[in-house]
Amino acid sequence: MKKKDRPVNNRSLPGNESLLRQLWRDPMGRAGMIGVGVVILLAVFAPWIARYDVAKMNARAKLTGPCAQFWFGTDHFGRDVFSRIVYGARVSLEVGIVAVGIAAGFGYLLGMIAGFFEGRVETVIMMIMDIIFAFPSILLALFIVSALGPSIINTMIAIGIVNIPVFTRTVRASVKTVKSTDYIANARSIGLKKMSILFKHVTPNVLAPFTVQATLALSGAILTEASMSFLGLGIQPPNPSWGSMLSDARKYMERAPWLVLFPALFIIMTILSFNILGDALRDVLDPKLKL
Amino acid sequence: MENLLEIRNLKITTLRGKNTVRLLDKVDLSVKKKCSFGVVGESGCGKSITANAILGLLPYPLRVSEGSIRYDSKDGEKELLKLSKKEMRDVRGQEISMIFQEPMTSLDPIFTVEMQMFEALSFHHPQMSRAEMRDRSLEMLRRVNIPRPEQTLASYAHQLSGGQLQRIMIAIALINDPRLLLADEPTTALDVTIQAQILKLMNDLKEQNDTSIIMITHDLGVIAETCEEVAVFYAGQIVEQANVMELFKNTAHPYTLGLLRAVTSLGGENRRLYTIPGIVPPGGQWSQGCRFADRCDKCMEKCKKEMPALTEAAPGHLCRCFLHSEEVEQ
Amino acid sequence: MRDYIIRRLLTLIPILVGVSIAIFIVMQLIPGDVVSGILGIEETPELRAMWEAKLGLDKPLIQQYFSWIGKAVTGDFGESFRTGAPVFPEIMSRFKISAELALLACLIAWIIALPLGVLSSLKRNSIIDRIVRVVALLGVSVPNFASATLLILFLSKTFNYYTPVKYVGLFENFGTNMEIMLLPAFILGSVMAGSVMRMTRSSMLEVLRQDYIKAVRAKGAPERVTIFRHAFKNSSIPIVTLIGMQIGGLMGGTVVIEQIFSIPGLGQFTLTGITQRDFPVVQGCVLFIAFLYVVINLLVDILYTYIDPRISYS
Repeated sequence: MKKKDRPVNNRSLPGNESLLRQLWRDPMGRAGMIGVGVVILLAVFAPWIARYDVAKMNARAKLTGPCAQFWFGTDHFGRDVFSRIVYGARVSLEVGIVAVGIAAGFGYLLGMIAGFFEGRVETVIMMIMDIIFAFPSILLALFIVSALGPSIINTMIAIGIVNIPVFTRTVRASVKTVKSTDYIANARSIGLKKMSILFKHVTPNVLAPFTVQATLALSGAILTEASMSFLGLGIQPPNPSWGSMLSDARKYMERAPWLVLFPALFIIMTILSFNILGDALRDVLDPKLKL
Repeated sequence: MENLLEIRNLKITTLRGKNTVRLLDKVDLSVKKKCSFGVVGESGCGKSITANAILGLLPYPLRVSEGSIRYDSKDGEKELLKLSKKEMRDVRGQEISMIFQEPMTSLDPIFTVEMQMFEALSFHHPQMSRAEMRDRSLEMLRRVNIPRPEQTLASYAHQLSGGQLQRIMIAIALINDPRLLLADEPTTALDVTIQAQILKLMNDLKEQNDTSIIMITHDLGVIAETCEEVAVFYAGQIVEQANVMELFKNTAHPYTLGLLRAVTSLGGENRRLYTIPGIVPPGGQWSQGCRFADRCDKCMEKCKKEMPALTEAAPGHLCRCFLHSEEVEQ
Repeated sequence: MRDYIIRRLLTLIPILVGVSIAIFIVMQLIPGDVVSGILGIEETPELRAMWEAKLGLDKPLIQQYFSWIGKAVTGDFGESFRTGAPVFPEIMSRFKISAELALLACLIAWIIALPLGVLSSLKRNSIIDRIVRVVALLGVSVPNFASATLLILFLSKTFNYYTPVKYVGLFENFGTNMEIMLLPAFILGSVMAGSVMRMTRSSMLEVLRQDYIKAVRAKGAPERVTIFRHAFKNSSIPIVTLIGMQIGGLMGGTVVIEQIFSIPGLGQFTLTGITQRDFPVVQGCVLFIAFLYVVINLLVDILYTYIDPRISYS
């Protein structure tokens, strides 16, 4: 059987409905969608789901175990763990989405510029990307956030910067492929302007890898935020973050293991769901990678 | 056994999702000793998987679901489908060898030609010394007309041309004097002039070694040049089978006619390249009637409802078409 | 080959200069300054001026940068603002600890991941394959601090076991050192193992459907030869790339684990430097980590040439 010469990377994103439906048909895709869906629901409806004020301390209910009143128990300040977990989902997701938005936006722009201009501009951009890439992402994010001062916004910016190179590389590679294919030459011969050709052809081309990348970057960003908060340099109190909840809980874990258990469980579930969804998306969008 | 290889009622299936899909349907084939047997048809007709099934090389999730493949080996008759893994390995490369369509990707890119030729020898002759292996490899390279064989031995695949690589693949395939060579589109990926050289080489080697060849191709020209017997495959079935002379002279099946017209129209009067309309229906989308009915210009009502049987159109000439079965004649 | 290495080492220079300038600028942005940190409430203008002169902070920025970078190339990263100890020897001693941790983690990861990844690709879609894939997914998805905390909780609750708090060097007491290092190494290793397993599986599957693998089988090769000599070696390039990146990431990326298990490694040193605004420490650590990363990259590229004859850098 003869191998078919498939034009490189000419796969664009299928219609949204069919994409979601395809994901739903795949058991892994379904599991990922449900997991991510739960986290999104928690985040969006946090004020209605949460049972208590996240910052409200209750001296009489310190370190209470899970019970009807406090589903996931209370911490050393007597704060309701369930409510803090619910709001923590909101924080995680906010940080993740904004950070990945920053990364994807700048990554797209820089990748386009690097791929379009080539030469020195490209060398410089890619060198900066290499430098960013050279550092363990958690260390670089810590470094940036300590320069900017710890806050939610700065955490988002730091994690965003750390994630730019992946997107830049994806877009640049795609620009190069598109440039080398015939249809750019064809488009040019019918008199289209170069830059607009690129935008027109590259954008649908990178959409699929971009979507996959973004899903995986989202899980990475949530992980980085949790790690930073765990070290005390991410989300600052009294804002709830799963990472800092887990870190605080370590002092009391002998007496109150639920303080460790629930945040750990939710972090794991969230990152797992995003990873599963990312894998399933990749299988659907790029079947030639499915093995 | 009278024949070298007898395939009976061979069925191959694959998995598509959770469904089992047929790819090859009740194929019977007999290859005589010292004969070259052609298998022709478009891509996706089941030619390659038949060859792979003979050596137990079907890739997952393809598998033989039914049938038998009997082979008359140096030490007696063997049922290839029932061999243990160890026994099958002894057959591969020693009794039956195979060469592939893409010479550029058929050699392992990270090892030298020498190492890969030595391998073919040492799998079956572990006691052979390096010097003996080297002598034998050089001899084989000379026989396939490789210039500077010493230098070629030290080369890697990326340093050689497609034509050279296919010669090397043939040398490796024949290094243990096999009795049967499966050639899966051996010239398709090559330039036309190189194609002719490779085919001549294979013909010569066959004469010298008394090797039988199963030549799988989509090109009737290749069949005409190399084969004595020929079977035409369509959508997982044999649709016509005969001696080469008979097939070209008294072509019976409309599909074979179409293939012939596609070749001969090149030099014909109106010079328009003829192609058979439509495509081969893939496994799982076969109609219950004749599988060629949709593309056939002689299609009758009956063809869409009933599957024609493989019957003798003339002595020794089998054809799967109602136009040539007895009922129509009556 | 030698020319290539020299050329690569030369391209290191602009990268490291870029990194050093970037760090220097970022460090200037960090709010709060070290002097007020040191002096606390006893701060007076005179004391402040004295400390600034002592730390060289009164000079113009450009001059500060050049005096620092001039010494850095000779291996002198200056002295810590906090302890006054020279930074470079401290980095080296902590690097040894981080390197031990990284090495252990890698060994654990490879021992788990490579055989399972290969097995999973060979038995694809079987029960074993499914289990391996789930384990691998858990490996890449469970954050190391979460698994560390859960593991510590589990060990203390069920076995009443606590890891030693005080770090003991490898050559001081091998047993105690292992007791300290194995648990964190296992946690780091399990995360690495997840992605190595996934990469091994997909790379093997990709290679296994290549023509040359079928050709090797058609020659009558034993499965063992087909799998290890041909398939595994051919699929090792992306695995080596991944492992190289992981080792690079372990240099300092272990900060969270080092913090949890009180291991005085490079990551912890950097983190302390960042939180205490100890410029020389942060600058030194970051430069050193960047240097390690590029060196590891270079080693990986050289390793390629040994695996694949098609890759040559002449």
